[in-house]
Amino acid sequence: MIENIDLSMVNWARATFALTAMYHWIFVPLTLGLAFLCAFFETIYVKTRNPEWKHLTKFWMTLFGINFAIGVATGIILEFEFGTNWSNYSWMVGDIFGAPLAIEGIFAFFLEATFFAVMFFGWDRVSTRMHLFSTWMVAVGSNLSALWILVANGWMQNPVGMVFNPDSARFEMENLWAVISSPVAIGHFVHATSSGFLLASLFVVGISSWYLLRGKHKKFALRSITVACVFGLLSSVFVAFSGDEHAFITAKTQPMKLAAMEGMYKGSSGAGLVALGMANPLKQPGDDQDPFIFKIEIPKILSLLATRDFNGFVPGIDDLLYGNAAQGIMGVDAKIERGDQAVAALTAYKEARKANNEAQASAALETFNQHRDYLGYGHLLSVEHAVPPVGLTFYAFRVMVGLGTFFILLFALYLFLLHRGTLERNYPLLILGVLGLFLGYVAQQAGWIVTEVGRQPWAIQDMLPVTVARSNLDTGTVMTTFFLFLALFTVLLIAELKIMARQIGIGPGGE
Amino acid sequence: MFGSLELSTLQQLWWLIVSVVAALFIFLTFVQGGQTLLLTLPESEDEKSLIVNSLGRKWELTFTTLVLFGGAFFASFPLFYATSFGGAYWVWIAILFTFIIQAVSYEFRTKPGNFLGQKTFERFLFINGSVGILLIGTAVGTFFTGSAFTLNDYNLVQWGHPLRGLEAAFSLFNLSLGMFLVFLARTLGALYLSNNLDEPGLVQRLKNASGNNFVCALPFLLYVLVRLVTMDGYAINPTDGSIFIETNKYLHNLIEMPLTLILLLTGLVLVITGVMLNYFSESVRGIWPAGLGTVLTVLAIFFLAGYNNTAFYPSHLDLNSSITIYNGSSSHYTLTMMSYVALMIPFVLAYIVWVWRQMDSKKLSLIEVVSDKKSY
Repeated sequence: MIENIDLSMVNWARATFALTAMYHWIFVPLTLGLAFLCAFFETIYVKTRNPEWKHLTKFWMTLFGINFAIGVATGIILEFEFGTNWSNYSWMVGDIFGAPLAIEGIFAFFLEATFFAVMFFGWDRVSTRMHLFSTWMVAVGSNLSALWILVANGWMQNPVGMVFNPDSARFEMENLWAVISSPVAIGHFVHATSSGFLLASLFVVGISSWYLLRGKHKKFALRSITVACVFGLLSSVFVAFSGDEHAFITAKTQPMKLAAMEGMYKGSSGAGLVALGMANPLKQPGDDQDPFIFKIEIPKILSLLATRDFNGFVPGIDDLLYGNAAQGIMGVDAKIERGDQAVAALTAYKEARKANNEAQASAALETFNQHRDYLGYGHLLSVEHAVPPVGLTFYAFRVMVGLGTFFILLFALYLFLLHRGTLERNYPLLILGVLGLFLGYVAQQAGWIVTEVGRQPWAIQDMLPVTVARSNLDTGTVMTTFFLFLALFTVLLIAELKIMARQIGIGPGGE
Repeated sequence: MFGSLELSTLQQLWWLIVSVVAALFIFLTFVQGGQTLLLTLPESEDEKSLIVNSLGRKWELTFTTLVLFGGAFFASFPLFYATSFGGAYWVWIAILFTFIIQAVSYEFRTKPGNFLGQKTFERFLFINGSVGILLIGTAVGTFFTGSAFTLNDYNLVQWGHPLRGLEAAFSLFNLSLGMFLVFLARTLGALYLSNNLDEPGLVQRLKNASGNNFVCALPFLLYVLVRLVTMDGYAINPTDGSIFIETNKYLHNLIEMPLTLILLLTGLVLVITGVMLNYFSESVRGIWPAGLGTVLTVLAIFFLAGYNNTAFYPSHLDLNSSITIYNGSSSHYTLTMMSYVALMIPFVLAYIVWVWRQMDSKKLSLIEVVSDKKSY
């Protein structure tokens, strides 16, 4: 099926996608949350008719607009990159994956695009209520857009509702509802969007805290902080709960990812959670080295989180690679054997069909059907190929969880001091609030590293490795594109940051 | 409702839907056309701002329609999506680049702290409106002239030309189609702006520009039309699905699908009517007949490419690798589900029209642009 796999090309294609996704994810979460915050601010204005709230709304909308434009610019690349750099993927799963993308366009993008113009330029052209409605529609539209793309991503992590068609040599959808309602897809959506709300709250709190530290726009800043902190606290608590549920589902659907997140090689019952640790970079699957140079572990908690049972068994990387008969786990080595048979049977089936030999085709199809669930494993290069980069996944997960916990405390403390009326004099906390903005971005990127690096080498979990999903391009072509994107996105990011910084410097008084 | 339809009926329905989205996109390229007018038409910075702010209220609709066009193709004809994007790699990457730089240009152009300078973003807008549309035109031209690719037994693409899609620009037909679209977009841009702006001197120049640009578009249009009715085409043998070259295929399509011929002729007449209305009379409402005409013309072009047993993405390297609406589509189930989703499109169009009317009920004036701090 795939005769010559150019790994360097695949790796450049992965790097290009990672680059695009990471740049895109700088801007998107802020859009998701700030759209709702703008809607909250404007709702207060419409309720109170106090022009200061209108003034406040317009300021945050200006920053929203600057961020939104570059999010759109990086977003279009992601959609089309599936075709340009991952064309085999596009054909092999386009029957399923294309649907959420098209639905996203119809249901979400037009909502955003249509009402965006009203939100920005309609203050004097439409009624107050129509304007408010438009702002809400932009918020709903951007989050609906997140729903559909995360449904698509969730399906990649946990492919459901489809079957492989040997005649067309592709996966075909059997149940759209199963794709949409997959717990992984829903988990992705609620966790990612609520983290966007959290980031936007940090953004508003951070900038407002900076104004308070400078002794500027005090009333404006305190009002912004009040709304953003309530939204931020609720969101950050929800992020924690949805993250826990997401990890529980990951344990069932992507056990290798969970093992990498925990740097866990030998599975155990009553497994402990590594709260803090340094992974051993020399550790390899199957060897006897200690996976950690040091670690602080909370006993039994990993089992509880992964199985909802203090004594539940959590498989490690070695169990998943080489099998664990006692726990009924088939190893990757055995899956590769079956996958090889599936690939060979599929080839034989196609040859027999070409030669109009129906008897041979029927026999090959029967063999294929016996092993079809392992088809993807037939394309793995080795047993160890099934292991994602453990160190990166392990550290990224800890950064994400650690910062997520910190944000809950931060918002709670802000609200407490706001209530006591001493926030504006608490300089250390205000500095922490400004710092929290940058940490919010770190947490966002760490979260996506866990999600995307942790599921390697699969483009579609267990079904299609990235080595098969790629386009038929040479390394130089993909490498050139990588550097073109890197240069362009970096220039645009610098432009965005400078413009954003100037607008913040001008402040709401500039409105 | 849709589930009981034959697969071939669903495939034809989805070609219709893709064609409608493509047609709406080409109409909305009045934004790109307007962007290219920026360099020559305005006589002052204020006039330039007026044009940018008028187009800036609509650019997202064009952008989104392009994204939907990609999504609709991905969902309904994934083999085309995989083959064209993965094969004609450089032409699509170049098109995408022009749209990336467009997306930030409106917002960043005059914002304080813009270290790239206003001119840079205006050049970005020009590149998007000229190079971007030209390349889209040449890519669509390959629906008729074919591309150099082969598909293996697993439908995985191998491209046969080192320029990976950019070679399409060396075909006179493709290039002419691209140039026609560029001048059509400029014509539509001038028509749209003359209807949307409240600045008499500028509006008069826009009215003249619509006529002049349409005159520039005519030679390319005529060449494309003449070649279309005289060129050989890629036909499907309905008995076994094989592809063969049919002499005057697209002329036969026009004759055998009279509705397409009517759409094409009506569309062209409406475009000409819109231009003449603006050029020879006091009216500034030529954008509406010209816009409708554009939609009908593009529909006819897409119908010619995909219906009546025609391969819409032919391979001149290996005829039987050519993609048709029958061999390149999604499954019956997916097309059925997506057809239910597509029932929402009229609703989406309705609210776009409603909002458009609300926002454009009053013409955009210089006073409004200058007084609004959020102006681009």
